Amino acid sequence: MNSGTPSSSAAGAGSADSIAPRRNSKRPKYSRFTQQELPACKPILTPKWVIGTFLLVSVIFIPIGVVSLFASRDVVEIVDRYETECIPETLRNDKVGFIQSDRSKTCQRTLRVPKNMKQPIYVYYQLDNFYQNHRRYVKSRSDQQLRNNGSLQDTGPCKPEDNTAGGPIVPCGLIAWSLFNDTYGFTRNNQQLDVNKKGISWKSDREHKFGKNVFPRNFQSGTLKGGATLNPNVSLSEQEDLIVWMRTAALPTFRKLYGKIEVDLQRDDLINVTLENNYNTYSFSGKKKLVLSTTSWLGGKNDFVGIAYLTVGGLCFFLALVFLLIYLIKPRQLGDPSYLSWNRNPSGH
Amino acid sequence: MNLDKVSDRGDMASPRKKGIRFSRLYSFSCFRSSFRDEHSQIGLKGYSRVVYCNDPGNQEQILPSYPKNYVSTTKYTALNFIPKSLFEQFRRVANIYFLVVACVSYSPLAPYSAYSVLLPLLLVIGATIGKEAVEDWRRKKQDIEANNRRVKVYDKDRGFLKERWKNLRVGDLVKVHKDEHFPADLLLLSSSYEDGICYVETTNLDGETNLKVKHALDVTCTLNEDNSFEHFKAVIKCEDPNEDLYSFVGTLYYNDKQHPLSLQQLLLRDSKLRNTDYVYGVVVFTDHDTKVMKNSMEPPSKRSKIERKMDKIVYVLFTLLVFVSLVGSFFFGIMTENDIDDDGEMRRWYLRPDQTTAFFDPNNALMAAFLHFLTGLMLYGYLIPISLYVSIEIVKVLQVIFINQDINMYHEETDGPATAKTSNLNEELGLVDTILSDKTGTLTCNSMEFVKCSIAGTAYGRGLTEVERALAKRRGDALDDSEVTSSASLQSDDGMAPGESVKGFNFYDERVLNGQWVNEPHADMIQKFFLVLALCHTAIPEVDEEGKGILYEAESPDEAAFVISARELGFEMYERTQSHISLRELDHESHQKIDRQYELLHVLEFSSSRRRMSVIVRNVEDQLLLLSKGSDSVMLERLSKNSQDFEDVTMEHVKRYAEAGLRTLVLAYRELSKEEFSSWENEFMDAKATVGPDRDALIEAAADKIERDLILLGATAVEDKLQKGVPECIERLEKAGIKIWVITGDKMETAINIGFACSLLREDMEQIVITLDSPEIIELERKGDKEAVAKASRKSIMNQIRQGTLLLSSSGGHFSFLALIIDGKSLSFILSEDLEGPFWQLAVSCSSVICCRSTPKQKALITRLVKKGTGRTTLAIGDGANDVGMLQEADIGVGISGVEGMQAVMASDFAIAQFRFLERLLLVHGHWCYRRISMMVCYFFYKNIAFGFTLFWFEAYASFSGQPAYNDWYMSCYNVFFTSLPVIALGVFDQDVSPRLCLKNPELYQEGIQNMLFSWPRILGWILNGIICSVVVFFFTTSSAVHQAFTGDGRVLDFEAHGVYMYTCVVWAVNCQMALSINYFTWMQHLVIWGSIVVWYAFLLIYGAFPPLFSTTAYQVFVEACGPSPIFWLGTLLAVVSCLLPYVLYRTVQTEFFPMPHDIIQKWQRETSDDRRSKLREKDTLLCK
Repeated sequence: MNSGTPSSSAAGAGSADSIAPRRNSKRPKYSRFTQQELPACKPILTPKWVIGTFLLVSVIFIPIGVVSLFASRDVVEIVDRYETECIPETLRNDKVGFIQSDRSKTCQRTLRVPKNMKQPIYVYYQLDNFYQNHRRYVKSRSDQQLRNNGSLQDTGPCKPEDNTAGGPIVPCGLIAWSLFNDTYGFTRNNQQLDVNKKGISWKSDREHKFGKNVFPRNFQSGTLKGGATLNPNVSLSEQEDLIVWMRTAALPTFRKLYGKIEVDLQRDDLINVTLENNYNTYSFSGKKKLVLSTTSWLGGKNDFVGIAYLTVGGLCFFLALVFLLIYLIKPRQLGDPSYLSWNRNPSGH
Repeated sequence: MNLDKVSDRGDMASPRKKGIRFSRLYSFSCFRSSFRDEHSQIGLKGYSRVVYCNDPGNQEQILPSYPKNYVSTTKYTALNFIPKSLFEQFRRVANIYFLVVACVSYSPLAPYSAYSVLLPLLLVIGATIGKEAVEDWRRKKQDIEANNRRVKVYDKDRGFLKERWKNLRVGDLVKVHKDEHFPADLLLLSSSYEDGICYVETTNLDGETNLKVKHALDVTCTLNEDNSFEHFKAVIKCEDPNEDLYSFVGTLYYNDKQHPLSLQQLLLRDSKLRNTDYVYGVVVFTDHDTKVMKNSMEPPSKRSKIERKMDKIVYVLFTLLVFVSLVGSFFFGIMTENDIDDDGEMRRWYLRPDQTTAFFDPNNALMAAFLHFLTGLMLYGYLIPISLYVSIEIVKVLQVIFINQDINMYHEETDGPATAKTSNLNEELGLVDTILSDKTGTLTCNSMEFVKCSIAGTAYGRGLTEVERALAKRRGDALDDSEVTSSASLQSDDGMAPGESVKGFNFYDERVLNGQWVNEPHADMIQKFFLVLALCHTAIPEVDEEGKGILYEAESPDEAAFVISARELGFEMYERTQSHISLRELDHESHQKIDRQYELLHVLEFSSSRRRMSVIVRNVEDQLLLLSKGSDSVMLERLSKNSQDFEDVTMEHVKRYAEAGLRTLVLAYRELSKEEFSSWENEFMDAKATVGPDRDALIEAAADKIERDLILLGATAVEDKLQKGVPECIERLEKAGIKIWVITGDKMETAINIGFACSLLREDMEQIVITLDSPEIIELERKGDKEAVAKASRKSIMNQIRQGTLLLSSSGGHFSFLALIIDGKSLSFILSEDLEGPFWQLAVSCSSVICCRSTPKQKALITRLVKKGTGRTTLAIGDGANDVGMLQEADIGVGISGVEGMQAVMASDFAIAQFRFLERLLLVHGHWCYRRISMMVCYFFYKNIAFGFTLFWFEAYASFSGQPAYNDWYMSCYNVFFTSLPVIALGVFDQDVSPRLCLKNPELYQEGIQNMLFSWPRILGWILNGIICSVVVFFFTTSSAVHQAFTGDGRVLDFEAHGVYMYTCVVWAVNCQMALSINYFTWMQHLVIWGSIVVWYAFLLIYGAFPPLFSTTAYQVFVEACGPSPIFWLGTLLAVVSCLLPYVLYRTVQTEFFPMPHDIIQKWQRETSDDRRSKLREKDTLLCK
């Protein structure tokens, strides 16, 4: 905060030099370090500094806030909540029963593009009230097995989705077992919109955590079928949906990348979505949403950063003003040690 | 054997060794070798030791297997080091908690991996054990050195041969030479002196520098040649090893006779042979049986108030921990139970609640909740900082180094730096409310100087004492310049006066000096007076090595001052033999210097109960003279009834001297007729020859008989000068609000005047005096009616206390203007008669209290009562063995490492060379350490709460399942790598105010006395700050990156990246908070604070680069996910600034409107330095023009 003011007390220095050290003297050696006299900066909260700091913060924060808010506003986002709509109205009394039945679960949705959307347009599914961060859930995976073909038996933490009669499950564990299995198909003006599902996972996951030579085995062959099945002929490192899913979310409401649409969408375009509503979120009353979003340099649409920056910046500006006013109206008192004297002022502090 | 002594008297001309047979001189102490009660117990329990002297082959000797003299003072051996040191470690409750956590972490209960808990614990314990090992190794090295020292041991065939100490056995005969240490506890058989005495220096034992005389049994005295032991055989039966340094009971069976043994024959290990060429002795106790080893007890361990309060905070936090865990398990239980609904349908099917373990079983949610509670205790264990204790230990050790290294507390003359004996109490130095000080040697130099005397009613000595000057100043008298300059005491201000000044002698009076006294009216009295000074003492003259003059080895500084004065006044004692003292004296008739020899007949020693000393001498004229000196009260009642007319005048002088702060003794003499002497001597010798417990009383009574009808000569006044800087120091300490109690044995007048001299008392103060020295009570006492005395005393004291309280209330509570003076008698009366309540009320309201006429035992008692009565921190300061109790009793004991030996220093927690260093020790180091430690502890709790609560908030979003938000290793490294060094730097280096200003503004010390920096509001404030910080970090990070794309390429924030994001914010926030709270930035602070943040990023990079098998969830997270994301960086900045905002706001408002003392001084410091700078600048510009 303040410029360095070397400490001024060097009382010991003079006397240290003047007296010749006697033999075997216990005299402490003088150095600025041992005498605790190192040059130091001693910041004090003086009004000048306080006002200056608050102003500085607001000067930095308000522009950042404005820029971030613009970035967030630039993002076009289409959110479509479909978990109720995709159940035939007659069956909505027993959603769980419907989702567990063998009926056709295909569902048609129409989305209107509110603004021009530049490619790439990211397609997400958003789940709600889904605790991917539950301790039992998070632990229920075998990194060894996912990575290494030789560690098929390494299913220790995976219980109860670890083994079937036919041998160990690959990939084992609750996370893989509960793999999301709704699918989306997009058409615009009856033209297929391709969804690119390559490169939606982290590179490090593909290359180092999921083995190229590890293939699904006995997956979803148990008594209770969880989520999606996997193609046993595709190695895990290429099963990007699985890789994305296996990166568990931090919070119970989360989005996961489904794919990318690599064409621009025009304003007021109508997009037809053919979705397979397979995934059971009804048991735990979770919402399901389909999200199409562009990104800015700051990522997706979220005004929080911008607003928070503006708020904090504004608050600091306000505080700076308040302190400035106080400073002008009631100038600071001199720091006067005589205020301290407890015997002159017995009430004290 | 006493007859033996008497017959010895004539033949002093010994062929062997010219020695002094002190056995004759010391009437009281040297004759103790008689059978006493205890001797009857020999052979019984507690007295069963049997030593076969010089009989190495004896089977019975080997049987009891007394240990060899191999001494080991180490705490551990190579074998038991690991288990024992571990055991020591786990005696701390905190460590046990963490051990249990580490063990449980191997079970599935643990929210994180076991290694990540175990490693910090191992680190912490390893560090402490390492410290133990190093300390023990040092002890070991000392042991090896001691064990391999050599001593001459007798071997039947080969005579005395050198042998290592460790090979000594009980019963061995050893020969110890001059200036050697005794290898074990030895029984003295004989010495190079014919009568078997030897001198022993016991500095290592009790710290007393004067030599002690030890005395062999007469029967063994003659065994003083190497070859006289050929046929020596004896058996010693004695007490079992014990720790009592001042008693020894045993019997020597020699030549078929029993001889009683006492402490007089015991030479203790670690003491040193002095002034004696050699001694022969038998090893009685070896190794740990020696008295020294038995005595090497740990001093009472003291804990500082802050540490005790810290424990309370830990309890608070533990409660918080339990509460938080309970909340967690409650919700977890509910959520788990709901996992399967009433129809048996799974709700959160992805958790497979149908096939689950006990930890997550919806059908037994209560059990699951309980197990989760245990998990929670572990998970939120971060609320209780494991490293706090270790960090504090490290910090305190470093603080101690700074205290020891402070050059401003180094005393050049005694080569004494300040030393902290313990590192436990550094911060306690900043909390001192009451100082209890000894006077002699602490406030004063304890180097006595003869300044005045009153002889035959005429006062001599023109010097002004410091007290007198203070008195004069107080009265506003203009000092007579000529008088001051003529006084040598002016020079002595600088410690040593150059030239002719003699240590111990500061007397100036032209009527007496240079032999002028012969012209004074009472010349014969004056001569007797000087004779008493020259003869009535136990000092030994020693011609100094350069042969220039004579030095005296005296038992006390007072005595040395007397002998030196006698020499300076023309009565030089130059030789002392066993029966004669030779003086070179000035004859008052012939005015010639002549040598005279006085035959010394008896010495009746000084003792604290007798409070007088006498010698009986025969002068050349064959006159028998009894020369006496003693305290005024004792001597007064021994003066002859028809004594001189100047008795009143002398007593008046004595009173005046006492007022001037001088120590007085009254001198008197008496001529004895031959008949009287011989009849008395017979009686006295009979008394001495008595066997039995009442022997001492008999001797005393006999001595009492001869010390009567004395003729008064005059009085001496010896000044014990105030130490340099004492008044200034006391003044500042008082300004700091510290109450000072001086406890002294002096008379009330002396004490009051010393009080004025060291500005403990000021003219504007009201004095409340409580004393029992009123005429009525004395009258009652004389009558011996104890009940009436008690009644009158009670009434008088009550009355005096009431008056004092009235005075107090009339002064409106301004206690700084009240001083209480109380004498020891009243005090012990108050303490015994439960008048404590009103007394303490009065005493604690006074800024200074003087207890005069108090005994050493009362010192400790007063200390305890002050400590208990006020509940505040007490500091006791003293220098002598009599202060030890007080030092150990007080919260802090400070020893003055001065002249009076080492015992006080050994018992103290801090040792300083001069009283004035106390000011710096308290106002600078005490204040700093208090501030540092309290800041450090507060901050420690803050940072752990800030961290721990982020975990809790995250739990709330993870259905309280016990999943930590961070990677295991991030968590375990939090307290070790990313936040530890700044706290330690804060604890070691922080300075709110420079030392100069600390001393200039003693008021700053109030922060400690009122415990402003470690008050509950402040502590809770920091805890609140931590919670705020955790809330801000958690909600800002989650809200800023909740589910939208985290990066430009559309990927979202996952669990792992979120952990890194949050953790980064915490590390930044906590370290920046440190930067804000620190007052003193040197390059080190910058290094550790910013370094810690850098280390976190470095850790992320390095740990993230390890293969995923090892780095698990941290793999590449920073490089791939967080680093490239602008949200990560912007969010960090946002969260950190927002975290700090409340604190900055609080501090700003507080410093502006409710400043604490240090705020005011800091500001003032800044302003004055600004002023100075601008003035300099103006000057520069002026010069330029």
